[in-house]
Formats: sequence, structure tokens, C-alpha cells
Amino acid sequence: MKQASGIVFQVLQSVLVVLIAPLVLGWVNQCRAWLQNRSGPGIWQPYKVLNKLFHKDAVLAHNASPLFRSTPYILFGCMWLAVGIVPVLATSLPFAPAADVIALVGLFALARVFASLAGMDIGTSFGTLGARREMMIGFLAEPAMLMTLFTASLISQSTSLVTIVETLAHREFVIYPSMAFAAVAFLMVLLAENARIPIDNPATHLELTMIHEAMILEYSARHLALIEWAASLKLTAYITIGIAIFVPWGIAQAGDWVALLVALGVLVAKLALAGAGLALLETVSAKMRIFRAPEFLGTAFLLATLGMLIHFLLEQ
Amino acid sequence: MEILLLLGAPFAGGIVLAFWGHRRFAPELNAGMSLLTFAAAAVLTARIIADGPILAWNENFFVDPFNVFLVALTAFVAFTTSLFSRPYMRIEAHTGRLTPNRMRLYHSMFQMFTFTMLLALLTNNVGILWVAMEAATLTTVLLVSLYRTPASLEAAWKYFILCSVGIAQALFGTILLYFAAEKLLGAGGTALLWTHLNEVKGELEPTVLGLAFVFLLVGYGTKIGLAPLHNWLPDAHAEGPTPISAVLSGLLLNVALYAVVRAKVLVEGALGTHLAGNLMMGFGLLSVVVAAFLLSRQKDMKRLFAYSSIEHMGLMTFAFGMGGALATFAGLLHMTVHSLTKSAIFFAVGHAAQKSGTQIMADIRGLIESNPTIGWGLMLGAMAILGMPPFGVFASEFMLLTAAMHQQPWATPFLLAALGVAFAAIFGKVQPMVFGTATANRLPHPPALIPVFVHLAIVLLLGLYIPPYLADWYRQAAALIG
Amino acid sequence: MNLPLYAQLINLFAALLLLLAFAMLTQRRILSLIRLFALQGFVLMLSTGVVAYSTHQSHLYYSVLLTLVLKVLLLPWILHRLIDALNVRWDVETLIDIPATMLIGIVLVIFAFNLAAPISEIAGTITRSTLGIATASILLSFLMMITRRKAVSQVIGFLAMENGLFFAATSATYGMPLVVELGIALDVLVGTFIFGVFFFHIRETFESLDIHHLEKLKEH
Repeated sequence: MKQASGIVFQVLQSVLVVLIAPLVLGWVNQCRAWLQNRSGPGIWQPYKVLNKLFHKDAVLAHNASPLFRSTPYILFGCMWLAVGIVPVLATSLPFAPAADVIALVGLFALARVFASLAGMDIGTSFGTLGARREMMIGFLAEPAMLMTLFTASLISQSTSLVTIVETLAHREFVIYPSMAFAAVAFLMVLLAENARIPIDNPATHLELTMIHEAMILEYSARHLALIEWAASLKLTAYITIGIAIFVPWGIAQAGDWVALLVALGVLVAKLALAGAGLALLETVSAKMRIFRAPEFLGTAFLLATLGMLIHFLLEQ
Repeated sequence: MEILLLLGAPFAGGIVLAFWGHRRFAPELNAGMSLLTFAAAAVLTARIIADGPILAWNENFFVDPFNVFLVALTAFVAFTTSLFSRPYMRIEAHTGRLTPNRMRLYHSMFQMFTFTMLLALLTNNVGILWVAMEAATLTTVLLVSLYRTPASLEAAWKYFILCSVGIAQALFGTILLYFAAEKLLGAGGTALLWTHLNEVKGELEPTVLGLAFVFLLVGYGTKIGLAPLHNWLPDAHAEGPTPISAVLSGLLLNVALYAVVRAKVLVEGALGTHLAGNLMMGFGLLSVVVAAFLLSRQKDMKRLFAYSSIEHMGLMTFAFGMGGALATFAGLLHMTVHSLTKSAIFFAVGHAAQKSGTQIMADIRGLIESNPTIGWGLMLGAMAILGMPPFGVFASEFMLLTAAMHQQPWATPFLLAALGVAFAAIFGKVQPMVFGTATANRLPHPPALIPVFVHLAIVLLLGLYIPPYLADWYRQAAALIG
Repeated sequence: MNLPLYAQLINLFAALLLLLAFAMLTQRRILSLIRLFALQGFVLMLSTGVVAYSTHQSHLYYSVLLTLVLKVLLLPWILHRLIDALNVRWDVETLIDIPATMLIGIVLVIFAFNLAAPISEIAGTITRSTLGIATASILLSFLMMITRRKAVSQVIGFLAMENGLFFAATSATYGMPLVVELGIALDVLVGTFIFGVFFFHIRETFESLDIHHLEKLKEH
């Protein structure tokens, strides 16, 4: 019985997050519009975009390789897997042992590699430009991300996300300065990895300032749809990882249907708040020059390391 | 009572001269306040010699043979410097290098500086000692940049930043000291009183005190001018007005060394090992060697003698680091004679610079011919500082070398070599300045050279014959230091 | 491990202080530096207040007041007036670029933690674990002073060092005796005044506050 309900929970969770990922993105964009005093396209816009793209015919360049054609599917698969195993609704799910933070970072790295290769595949200069910039951001962001996750795992003595959630959710409230530092660092990495302001403008049309957009210039129709969906999944994944590590209260135990409903409500509330917060952050910041990006990420790395050092000093 | 006068006179003088420092009688007023201070110091000294150490003002002030002789020395040199500064500053004002406002600043800060140094010497509270040392830096910073030339601004800035950073380290050392003391003596003001600390020094935590001493040595050592923290010293001495160079060299360095020695007494009692002494010896020796070898490259008179100060402070630090009756006696005697000789030299150098209009040694010739008193003052002063017998410096250096040969024979060749190099450098540069045909012009006011010769006479006297009460005094002080 | 609430608060403030020290290290705008310095003073004040409240050391309340008046209000105000009069806004590029500075900063933090560890063990205060952070912020301010090119930022680094020293005193020993603290405060205040006067002199002579101009005196 436990097994069966666990599998049900797992499937439910995976399907749910895939479906609501574009909604999260739509919500963020809508909040941005409101903050900028525009009426905005509505929170369902990403679904409409996906719908439109799926109905178009795909156009590929002559020299597109199999890699180019398979990358959207790989990206989508990686992101779905990542989001699927993060414990957003319930812990102790069948896939839970796979939810190791280092494995997650590895998944994101895999996605990044394929995206960069696909960007360079056609041979246009903008694609390569985007790929190289993406790699630069990635190479700086990854250590910061790892440090943040190490800090979080030092407190719960394990790198399994599930264990972290359980440890932190069920302790009484303690102020951990190291977690505060790690949280700020994580936020900075989130902004960098998901191509948000102040690193990259997701709505830009100027190729010279693009990072993420430049890599996917050549894609169209269903490929583009999958990539856009994967991007929103990535954002959701990061947000949910952040929620799981830093504000884990309200996550249910598997098998408990009542707690599941509560967890669902709590999750929706947290996602909404996170989305609004992200929109606010993007509105009040300006995009940085690309040469400042290493400093930004260096600061994130620094904060994460500081969090770790402070953990050793103050919390042993 | 004397303490009140001793501290009150310079403080009041500072305030008064802040308003009237530009008047015609200001230099005389300055000298008058310093005379008053010196009189109080003399009376206090007599009392200590007669009655022994005293604690005053609720144990906040402590006077024992060690610091009372420094108090007397400080007051005396301050007084003679104020006498020297009378004609010197008048000439400076005459040649237009100083405005009335700056004269006010100079005179009032001169008195305040004396106040802070005396406070540092007399206080029993290690924290107040720190405050006074920092205040001493603050009072002289604006004086170093008094002439507002680019070089003097740079010198003052370096002085300020380096000494402030250094003294921040000393504050950290003081905090550590307080931390160790608090465990035994309880929180509150008494834990910082040196007399109390001295009583319980055997029980103070060794690791903490060792660390505290390192910080205190680095911090106060910056103010002593120990290499490698000496960078500010040549610039500050060269660019400031000469009376300030004289008091900086002659007095402030001594007071900083006093602070280090007080700390060393505590630390040696707590640690039982020779860490403190070894550190002091190391820094001292390094300073002596570095300064000696840099002496020959100097072209500016004042910088030359500033490096000479670094060398001698290194010698003193080495002596106190070695420990033992003979070495400590030598160190104390050296403090006295160096202070007197160096200030005398700076007096002569100051007037020489005014006569020739430059501080560059290559441009000054034939001082004896143009003004015999300045020329002979400089010549004799240089010989005295180089350790020629029968001047007092010879006696103290001889005692120091003897002690070194007994206790630290490996250091003796370095010391001798450094002293030799210094001799060659200074003598080689002073000689052409003093002899030869004259290049100088007349001074608008007659120079004050009585202070020069009074100082040199005292040094000569100390070289030939140390009066028994003085010897006794030094021995008592040496016994206190251990 | 479960600490009582006030100990957690003190740890939090200590962590904030370290963060502020790093933030000052990487800031380029001098106005932001002054604000960060004022914020540092404020956090220091809060921390001392919590210590005073939880350990019933009433003499620390005077320290709190002193810190508030001097470091949060008076000194930043003086600095603001100074930079207004001198018209400095931005620092030129630092001597080493910012990511490298941050890396050196981390090394210094590790060094400071190691340095303070033996002392922390002997300390008897509730705040002993924060001594490492105090030492780290002192060293970081020192790094800031060395890597800066404008005179005003060097001075702010010096004042931040004094903050670190004050924090070290409070965390190791519940604060120095009041008389000493007053003396230190007076020194800091007078020092800042003199710095101010100095800047005007430097500006008059060199037309700029770049430290470069003050490096001409070398060994002849």
C-alpha cells in the first residue's frame, strides 16, 4: 500500500510540476508588468505561446546535425527529471534517493552542455557567442551553487535533498547565519542560471546583449516550444530547490492525503510569493555589463564560502 | 600634586597657545610653560628618589624610578626644545614659511604633545597608555605637514596611516591583555592597572599573553621605528619643522619603547620563556642593520639623522630584549644620552638648514667658517652620536656590547659591523658640511645654540662620570625591568 | 545544537558584520561605503545591546549609547560633509581586481578564524565564538586600506578597523572599562577631524585625492 501510494504521489508530483511550470513563468512576467505599470499579457500567456509553437512547422537549417534535433528533447527530459525528484509536495517518494543535490547540479550541467553545443551547431556567430557566454556564466555559477548546497548539507549531515528537507522542516526554528548567507548566494546563482536580470534580459531582442536567447535563435516550432518549456521548468526547479532548502515547512509525508492537500496549498503560496519577489528584484535592478558578471558570481561564491566558514565557527 | 602640575601645565599651555600662539610673545610663553613643566618634573623626581615609587589619584598614576627619569628627560628636552624653537620659528616666520595660524597650531600642539607624552609615562592604566600614544600621534600629524609642501603632506599622510594602523594592532594587544587580566582581576578598571598586572603576572594565561605581546610589539614598534615598520620615520623627521623632528626623535620614540618594556615585564613573568626578549632582540638587530646600511644613501641631513635614530632605537630595543642588569642599565643610559644628543644634533641641523636654505648635504659647506657655534655644535653632536669617547653614547654602547658578548655573542659581529658602517656614513657626510669654504648666509635672528651645548655637556658628563644617585636610579629602574 | 535566542541573535549580528566587512571591500561608490560603515556601527550597537541585556552588564549600555552617537550618527555625518565638500564620488579601480580581492579576503578570514581559535576556547563570555569574526573583520578592513586608491576610502577602512576592534573587545571581554572606551572614542573622533583637515590640504596641493600623488618620496 505504501509502495502504491508512493508511486501515485510521485507520478502526481511529476505531472503537476510539468503542467504548472509555464504558469510560474507567466505569473512572474505578469508581476513584472504590474510593477512596471503595464497591464501585461495575462498569466496564461506562456501556454498560449506553447500552443502556437506546437502548431507550427519546424524549420531547420541545412547543416543541422542530429544533436541539434535531439537537444530540445534532452533539455526537456533533464529538466523534467530534475523538477520531478525535488521534494516539493512530499518526502519519502520512490525516486527520492536520486534527489541528491550534487546529482541535480550534474543534471543542470548536462543540460547546459547540450544547449551550448546546439548553439554552436549551426555555425552562426550569435549562436557561438551565446554558447561561450553561457559557459562563462555556468563555470562561475556552478562552484557557487555547489558551495551553497554544501553549506545546506553541512547542517543536515547529508547531501540528499530529502534528508535536508526533513531535518530542517522538523527542527524548531533556529537562526542559522550560515543559511542566511547561503540563501543570498543561492538567489544570486538563481538569477544567473535562469538568465534573469541582472545577468541577462529574457525579453531582449538585441543579439549582442543576449546570453541564453542567442543560443536558441535557430530553433522554431515544437523544438522552440520544448526549449521554452524546459526553461520554465528550470526556473521552477531552482525555485523549488530553494524552497526545499531554505523554507521547507509544510512539505508532507508520503501517504498522507490530507497533508498532501495542505502541502499543495502551501506550495502554491510559496511559488506565488517567490514569483512576485523575483519580479520585484528584476524590476528594481538594471542589467549589468557582461564584464561585471564574474564579479557578481564571485560575490555569490564568496557568500556561500562565508556561510560555510561561519557554520564551522559559530554552529559547531 | 606635582603630577597635577606636570600634566596641567602643558594642557593649559596648549589651550592658551591655541588662541595666542601667533603673538610676538608666544615663543616665550611656550618656553615658560615648558619651564614650569620641567620644574614640576624635577620636584617629582626628587620625591621619588627620596621616597620610592608612588601611586596617586586612586591608583591611576604610578611613578617609579623607571618612568620618573623618563618624565624628567621628557620635560627637560621639551623645555630646551622650546628654547630652541624661539629663534628658529621666528626665523621661519620671517622668511615667510609660516603663517600666523600655523604658528598658533604649532605652539598649542607642541604643548599638547608634551601633555600626551607625560600622560603616557605617568599613567598606571594600560588602556590610557594606548589612548595617550594615539593622541601623541594625532597632535604631531598636522605639525609634520606644517609647511604644506607636497613632500610634507606625503610624509604626514604616511605617518598618520602607518602609525594609526600600527597602533590599532597595539589596541588589539591591549584588548588581549585585558582579556587575560580580567580572568584574574575581575572586570572593571583595575584589571588594566599595571601595578596589579605586575603582581599577578605569573598567573596570566601564557598563550594569550604571547599573542598580546606580538601585537603590542608590532603596534608600539611601529611608533618606535623598528624595521620593517619604520617607513614613516625618515619622511616625518625630514619634512616637519626641526623642533618637531627633535621631539619626535628624542622623546616620542622613547615613550613608545617604554610602553614595550612595560609590556615585556608582564609577558616575561607570564610566559617564563624568552619569547618577548627574543622578539625584541630580533627586531632591534634588524633595525640596527637596516638603518646602518641605508645611512650611506641619504642625501638629506634630516633623513640621515632620522635613520640614525632608527639605528639607536634598534640598539636600545636589543638591549632591553637581552635583559640582565648590565644590558638594561646600558639601555636606560642610552635612552638618556641618545635623547639629549639627537635633539642637540637636530637643533644644530635646523639652524644649518636655515642658514644654507637647504637640507641637502651636498649643498652645505663650511659651517665652521660661517658660524662657528653651529659648525662645532654639529661636529661635536655627530661625534657624540657615533659613540666617540668620552661622550656618554660611547659608555652605553660599550656596556651594551659587553653585555652582548656575554649573553648573545652571535649578535656582536652584526652590531659592530653596523656601528662601523654608520660611523663611516655619518662622519663622511658631516665632515664636508662642517669644514671647507662657507656657502651660507646670515640668519635674521641669532640662533639659539645654548641648548645644543647644554645637551652635549650633559652627555659628556655622563660619559665621564655618572653621579652616584643617577647610577643608583638606573640600577633601581633596571631591577624593576628585570 | 540549540543556543538560547540571544546567543543566536549575537551570532546573526556577527555574521552580518562579516558580510558588511566584505561588502565594504567590494564597493566602489564612496557614498555606499559610508552607508555601509554606518550600518556596521548600527549592527555593532544592536549586538552590544543584546549582550548588555542578556548578561546584565549595565555599563555596556553606555557603550551602546557611545557607539550610536559616534559611529552611527556623528562619524558618517562628518564623512558625508567631507565628501560633499571635496566632491569625490567614485573610487578609481582598486589595485587588484575585485574577484581577486574577495579570494584574498576569504583566505584572511580562514587565517583569522585559526588565529582566534585558541583564545575563544579560554574565553568565558557567551560571545566567544564571535572573536574569530571580529579578528576577520579587522584583517578585512586592513586589506581594504591597502587595496584602495582614494584617500577617503583608506580612512573609512581605518574606521572600520576600529569597529572590528571594538567588536573584539566586546566579544572577548564584555567591553573595556568605560574610561578607556571614552578615550578611544575621543581619539577616533579627533582623528577623523584631522583626516578631514588633511584631505583639504591634500586637495589644495595636488588637486586630487588619489593616493598616487602621495607615493613620490622614495629613498634618495
